[in-house]
Amino acid sequence: MIYFDHVSKVYSPTSTALDDVSFTIEPKEFISIVGKSGAGKTTLLKLLLAEEKPSSGRVFFESQNVHSLPRTAIHKIRRRIGTIFQDFRLLASKTCYENIAFAMEASGSTDEEIEADVPQVMDLVGLMNKAWHFPHELSGGEKQRAAIARAIVNRPDVIIADEPTGNLDPINTWEIIELLKKINSMGTTVILATHAKDIINSLDKRVITIEDGKIIRDAKRGRYVL
Amino acid sequence: MSAYYSRIIKAGFINFTRNGWVTLATVMIMVITLFVIGSIMLSNVLLVSVLTRIEKKVDVSIYLKTTAKEEDILILKSKLENLPEVDEIRYMTRKEALSSFMERHKNNALITQSLDELGDNPLGASLNVHAKNSEQYESVAMFLSSPAFSSIIDKINYFQNKIVIERLSNILTTSRRAGFGISLVLAVIAVLVAFNTIRLAIYTSKDEISVMRLVGAKNSFIRGPFIVEGILYGIISAFVTMVAFYPLTLWLGPKAEFFFGGLNLFEYYISNFFQFFIILLFIGTILGSFSSFIAIRRYLKV
Ligand SMILES: Nc1ncnc2c1ncn2[C@@H]1O[C@H](COP(=O)(O)OP(=O)(O)OP(=O)(O)O)[C@@H](O)[C@H]1O
Ligand SMILES: [Mg+2]
Repeated sequence: MIYFDHVSKVYSPTSTALDDVSFTIEPKEFISIVGKSGAGKTTLLKLLLAEEKPSSGRVFFESQNVHSLPRTAIHKIRRRIGTIFQDFRLLASKTCYENIAFAMEASGSTDEEIEADVPQVMDLVGLMNKAWHFPHELSGGEKQRAAIARAIVNRPDVIIADEPTGNLDPINTWEIIELLKKINSMGTTVILATHAKDIINSLDKRVITIEDGKIIRDAKRGRYVL
Repeated sequence: MSAYYSRIIKAGFINFTRNGWVTLATVMIMVITLFVIGSIMLSNVLLVSVLTRIEKKVDVSIYLKTTAKEEDILILKSKLENLPEVDEIRYMTRKEALSSFMERHKNNALITQSLDELGDNPLGASLNVHAKNSEQYESVAMFLSSPAFSSIIDKINYFQNKIVIERLSNILTTSRRAGFGISLVLAVIAVLVAFNTIRLAIYTSKDEISVMRLVGAKNSFIRGPFIVEGILYGIISAFVTMVAFYPLTLWLGPKAEFFFGGLNLFEYYISNFFQFFIILLFIGTILGSFSSFIAIRRYLKV
C-alpha cells in the first residue's frame, strides 16, 4: 500500500534526516517506527504526506508516486490519510469542534454526517465538555486528543500517528493505543512513530527501527531495542 | 455544491468576526485607502469645477460697426453658432450697449449730457463668444478674420488678449494634467498600502493554511473564506468611508465654495451619494478580494 523506494532527505549539508530508506507497508498493517530523537521518524512521515520533498528516491501511495502529483491533486491522497501531528497543528482560530469538523468539511461530508460524527469522536477521546474551547484554552493532552479525533473522524485508510501519546497520562495513553488497535482491527493501516518502549513491547506488531536516518532493523513482531 | 459555498461564506464571516484586532486594523487601513480615493475623486470634481469657472470667464468680444445691419449680424451669429468650437454666443444690440453704458455712467453728468446732445447712438452692437475650450479661441478668431466679415466687424478683442488667453489656457491644461497625475500616484500608493495590509493579515494565518492543506482541503476551499473576508473588508470600509465623508463635506463644502466658488462639495456628495458609494464599494471589494487572492497563493504550496 505504501512503498518507500530508496528515499533520502537532506535538509542541509549538516543535517541528513533520511539516508536511502526502503520499505513496504501492507494494507491493514500496524507498523511502529522507533528511533532516538532526531533519528528521522517525523521526516519519514512528512515525506509520505508530501509536506516535504525527498532529496532522492520515490514514495508511493498505492501505485501513485506521491511527489509527482501536482499541488492541486495532492489533497486526494491526504484525505485518505489521517495524521496526528507530533506538534498537534490544530487550527488556532477554530474551536475544538470546528477543528474536527473542518477535516470533514474539507473532504466534502454532508452537514448531517458532520453533526453525527464529530460529537461521536469527541466523546470517544473524552473532549465532549471542551467542544467550544479554542486550542490555546486546552491542555497539552487535550490538544493531543483533539488532534487524534481530527485524524480519525474521516475514517481514513491510513492513520499516521507521530508520538500521539507524548502528552498523555498513562491511562489516557493506554486508551489511545487501544483505540488505534481497534481502528486497525477494523481495517485501517496504522503507522505509529514513538519512543515509548512499553507501548512497542506490548503491541507485539511490526517494528522498524531507524538510527541516524537509516533503517537498522525491521522485525515482524518486534520489540523496542536500541 | 451549495453546501460547499455556504461553508466557505460562513467560514469567511466567522474569521472576519473572530480575528478582532487584525480585522479592525485591516478595515481601518482600507477605510484610509478608500478615503484617499474618495478625496481624490472629490478634489478632482472641485478642480474641474474651478477650472471650468475660470475658463468660463474667458471670452472674446466681437465689436461690430455701427453701420452693420441687424440681419448681417444675425447671419454671422448663426454661422458662429454652427462652429463646433463655440459653446455660447451672447448678442448685445446697439440699444442694449447704450443702456448698459448709460447705467454704468449714470453718475457722470458730463458723459450722459454729451450723449444726449449727440442724439444718435454712437455705440455698435457686439457678439460675445464663449468657446468650449480656451485653446479654441485662436481658431474662432481665425474664422472671424476672413474678409467676408470685414465689412461689419469693427474689432475683435481676442488680438489684444491673445497672450493672456494663451497663458491661461496653458495653466488650465497643466493643472488638469497635474491633477490627474497626482491623483494617480496617490491612488496607487493607497492601493498598495491596502494590499500589503491584507497580505500581512493573511501572513498571520500561514501556518493554519498549511495545516488545512495537510488535512486534505482543496485550495479553493481554503482560499474561499479569505476572499469572503476580503470582500467583507471592502464592504465595511466603503460604508465607514461614506459615513466619514458626511461630516467632512458638510464642514468643508461651504469653505471650499467660498474659496474656489462654484461647487458645494456637500451638495455634490449628497446628490451623487449612490454613485459615490457604488464606486467605493466596487473598489473596496475588488481590492479586498483580489489582494486576498494574490496574498494567499504563496501559502497554498505545501
Ligand atoms: N526543517 C528542517 N530543516 C533542517 N533540519 C531538519 C528539519 N527538520 C528536521 N531536521 C533534522 O532532521 C533530523 C530528523 O528530524 P526528525 O524530526 O525527523 O526526527 P524525529 O525522529 O522525528 O525526532 P523526535 O523523536 O525528536 O521527534 C534531525 O536531525 C533534525 O534536526
Ligand atoms: Mg518527530
